[in-house]
Amino acid sequence: MSGPSTYTPKSGFEKWIDQRLPLPRLMHDTMQTFPTPRNLNIWYTFGGILTFCLGVQILTGIVLAMHYVANAGLAFDSVEAIMRDVNYGWLIRYIHSNGASMFFLAVYIHMFRGLYYGSYKAPRELIWIIGVLIYLLMMATAFFGYVLPWGQMSFWGATVITNLFSAIPVIGSHIATWLWGDFAVGDATLNRFFSLHYLLPFIIAGVVGLHIWALHVPGNNNPLGIDVKSPQDTVPFHPYYTVKDAFYLCLFVVVFAAFVFYAPNFFGNPDNYQQANPLVTPPDIVPEWYLLPFYAMLRSIPNKLMGVIVMGGAIVTLFFLPWLDTSRVRSCRFRPLMKQFFWAFAVACVILGYCGAQSVDASVAGVPLLWVARLATLYYFLFFWILMPIIGLIETPKKLPASIAQSVLGDTAAAAAE
Amino acid sequence: MAAVGAAAAAWPFIDQMNPSAAALALSTVEVDLSPVAAGQQIVVKWRGHPLFIRHRTPAEIDSAKKVDVATLPDPLARNANKPDSAPAADEDRVIKPEWLVLIGVCTHLGCTPTGFEGDYGGWLCHCHGSQYDTSGRIRKGPAPENLAVPPYAFLTDTRVKVG
Repeated sequence: MSGPSTYTPKSGFEKWIDQRLPLPRLMHDTMQTFPTPRNLNIWYTFGGILTFCLGVQILTGIVLAMHYVANAGLAFDSVEAIMRDVNYGWLIRYIHSNGASMFFLAVYIHMFRGLYYGSYKAPRELIWIIGVLIYLLMMATAFFGYVLPWGQMSFWGATVITNLFSAIPVIGSHIATWLWGDFAVGDATLNRFFSLHYLLPFIIAGVVGLHIWALHVPGNNNPLGIDVKSPQDTVPFHPYYTVKDAFYLCLFVVVFAAFVFYAPNFFGNPDNYQQANPLVTPPDIVPEWYLLPFYAMLRSIPNKLMGVIVMGGAIVTLFFLPWLDTSRVRSCRFRPLMKQFFWAFAVACVILGYCGAQSVDASVAGVPLLWVARLATLYYFLFFWILMPIIGLIETPKKLPASIAQSVLGDTAAAAAE
Repeated sequence: MAAVGAAAAAWPFIDQMNPSAAALALSTVEVDLSPVAAGQQIVVKWRGHPLFIRHRTPAEIDSAKKVDVATLPDPLARNANKPDSAPAADEDRVIKPEWLVLIGVCTHLGCTPTGFEGDYGGWLCHCHGSQYDTSGRIRKGPAPENLAVPPYAFLTDTRVKVG
């Protein structure tokens, strides 16, 4: 993809293929010899882990679709049949439902990694933007999937989320009706959500291809945030990072399996084991954990339209990130001021998530959580739109190392390697 | 021309998402009110939505009437049986003062509010904390509009037809 290809076909057959469809050349250049910074740490293994997650969701999802019935009268029972009657159905469904949580866990680590090491900065803006697009597609897919079991949380989650569109002036209620295919969430809604839930993962796979393609043009960023300057700064992707990625993937799968086998409903909501009832809203509607921060933002604004705008704005903001950060230094390792505000931002996101999980009128130690959520929402926007541009201008970064090799190997060894 | 053709070709694929003929077939429901005592509320299903029919006590009617319409977040009646411009006075929310008929869908994000809760004795929506009074009017919280009143008519003194 980038730089001259180092592939040489060995056999006559490989030559024949190479002249017609150079797929082996592509694989060789991107997954074998691809020069990768030698200092990538554990946080850089999550790209591979995320690819694994997408594969697991697609595989288990295709199998589940063989047994699931997308009909408002039958969906709930068909999911119970998968749990009780289908051979290993319980396992496949628990992998799929916990897999969604694992997918988001990994994507949040991946995004915060990019944020900390400045991986969104030139020349990697498009990698970040495509990544945010994947994140949006993931949220849509997860939302559609959560509706399918047709439990109480499925139904009322779908009602609340689709009603967000009704906040749009004039045409809002028509959009909601168009999304439902009825005057309320019902059978028509369930069917189209199933169709889209099956489609979107393959769109995600395509966009992931663009994400990786864009990554292979400038190559990986690294924890130092400095450019690769010489071959000493890199190692070939295989075997160095194939082995490292595989090792951490194994650890990740251990955590994944722990949830699937020992706490399969840890992320779930017991209300969703009750069939959807359009006449009774559960006392506390809570989205899945990975959407809680945005839900807290929505609830903290006492106006319908503004709440929806703020929630949407929180995600739209991410698209502008590459131009909001004015610093010339990428990595927070060398940004003493930014580092502190970064961690405050991470804490604000966790606080928002906590507030989103509590009821609207809850308070902790006499402090109403509504106001805590409002402050955290304010900080979220302050961080991106005010603090980030200003800090980049006023901060004095620490001295950057001369090269990756010098930083990793020390001055003498780097010189000897020259 | 090409754009017009493309739009014409796209329209069936967009419009198929709208409610089908079956969903559009307006349904009506008839409800016998005689078992509902003053101070009680029943919930019936109408067009997929819950319908609240509340037999209000004189005290509840009084408290709803006392409110100054100018102080309400939504000053309109939202009553399908009245003109769109009707004010949100209690008289314009009902046909007979003791019977309050409402679509039980919170105007915020569509949850079903719980009756006889909240600061105003009407409904409280547990999803995001919207509170309605004994006339079903929004008083506090994020919901923008009063609970909607469906088209309905009394067939007899104790029988109502909705839709």
